[in-house]
Amino acid sequence: MKSLVYLEHYHGELEKGGLGVLGKAASLGDAAGVVLGEGAAEVAAAAGAFGAAKVYACDAPELATPLPQARVDALATLVEQSSPDAVLFGASVLSADVASGLAARLGAGLNWDLTDLAERDGELVGTRPALGDTVIVEVGWTAGPRLGLIRSGALDPVESGGTAEVETFETSFSDFSTLATLVEQTQEESSGPSIEDADIIVAGGRGLGSPEGFTMLEELAAALGGAVGATRAVVDAGWYPYSTQVGQTGKTVSPKLYIACGISGAIQHKVGMQGSGTIVAINKDPNAPIFDFCDVGVVGDLHQVVPKLTELVRARA
Amino acid sequence: MKIAVCVKQVPDATVHKRIDPATKRLDRSGEAALNPTDLNAVEEALRIKEAQGGEVVLVSLGPEKALDSLRKALAMGADRAVLVSDEAAAGSDLLGTAQALAGALERESADLVLFGQSSGDSDGAVLWAAVADRLRRPVISQVASLTAEADSVTGKRQTEHGYDVIRAPLPAIVAVSDAINEPRYPSLKGIMGAKSKAQETLALADVGVDTSAAGEAGSRTTVLELAPPPSRGDQVKIEDDGSAAQKVLDIVVERKLL
Repeated sequence: MKSLVYLEHYHGELEKGGLGVLGKAASLGDAAGVVLGEGAAEVAAAAGAFGAAKVYACDAPELATPLPQARVDALATLVEQSSPDAVLFGASVLSADVASGLAARLGAGLNWDLTDLAERDGELVGTRPALGDTVIVEVGWTAGPRLGLIRSGALDPVESGGTAEVETFETSFSDFSTLATLVEQTQEESSGPSIEDADIIVAGGRGLGSPEGFTMLEELAAALGGAVGATRAVVDAGWYPYSTQVGQTGKTVSPKLYIACGISGAIQHKVGMQGSGTIVAINKDPNAPIFDFCDVGVVGDLHQVVPKLTELVRARA
Repeated sequence: MKIAVCVKQVPDATVHKRIDPATKRLDRSGEAALNPTDLNAVEEALRIKEAQGGEVVLVSLGPEKALDSLRKALAMGADRAVLVSDEAAAGSDLLGTAQALAGALERESADLVLFGQSSGDSDGAVLWAAVADRLRRPVISQVASLTAEADSVTGKRQTEHGYDVIRAPLPAIVAVSDAINEPRYPSLKGIMGAKSKAQETLALADVGVDTSAAGEAGSRTTVLELAPPPSRGDQVKIEDDGSAAQKVLDIVVERKLL
């Protein structure tokens, strides 16, 4: 199977989401990457170490800002030129729109929210947890090119130690593709380890009571050598940065240990963290849904339990 | 300003959702409601209309009974509803759905098309970009705050790295997140008036979609198998009596997680 993997980059580095998909694609056959935007050709070569034999790069002023429609033009051009069997994406705010737009442009099938890919009897199949992950659906495609959008964090990059040939290409743009423009961009500074890389995550929700509650979680995370995550509700409320959001509209994480503090366990959150090794839930509401899918459930006041746990962990060191 | 809001009927949140093993499609036979985030899109449309005047039209694709759910949005204040309902559309994938909605939206030629960001039945967050490509219009998604002016819209959204503010000239397509507003409850007057508002039902042919390109027949994706998710195994339950922290630590250490 010949696949093309869309790779996003930020501050001169390829994003992990796309690289994880690339590793999987390389295990299923011939995988090429595609990098778009400012400095694409310089960033592209790095994909060789993660399974790409070839990386296509396209740099044009129309691709300078992180907006989807000009990217659809570029990918449609490349698909026409290189005829891949599959075009695969690691999910992000941007790539979901790119994948969907490309499906419409090419008249192609898109399966999204996938957690894995495999080849069976020569056909690509995707794994898709559905209905709040209460059922696992195996999905396929009836025609090519097969478009797949893989959940953020579902696949880890695999270092192959290879090198990639970089080939630049040019594209034209549709009249409507450059109408939307970026007028302002603010970047959040994050401190501490990122939730994607952490083996241990301490996450907080509404049950913390206030933004200050996160200080307590930061202390526990620091003692455990882990990272702090948050639910969508508290991110929307401005208590904690979006980069830490775990869930359907945030990141999917699978640390060895996930400590959920004051998190009710809404489906939106559940789908982002249920792949974790051991889930510890601390919540004062014994009926919170999170108690249905945790390994260790503590019914109690997190303001008592969390500082105590921090103290005990510190005492061990 | 003429605003079209794309809405969808989904199984009610209180219904235990299941996929019918025979058709491998979502069982939609039970109690139904509007997709919750669609209510945010309707609310945003109503606020723009209240500030600037204009019309709010609901556009949906689904079975006849979806009209029951559309009436809730009419009761909130939307002016009329257009439902594309065709047996040939059942089982449509992203492509078929986008085509049918784009066809219905083309008839309306609204200045602004709004979507609710996530769909409560398929966990999907992708439809608007496909519709935008079909209609050849600019799209802004994941919008948490929206400013509408006479000839443009500006949306602010969260991304993995911070915030983007994106502007698009009208006509444009915008997908809003549920952080954007708090949807209003319909008033009694609104509920009473909803039934008499125009509710038009169209077939696929009316919106320019060939039935062979729609539904399961036209779908480029397919569901192969269904399986239950892996079980998490035994659970430890602790009522905190002051010793919970120690018990948690013991388990974490025993499992070699530190």
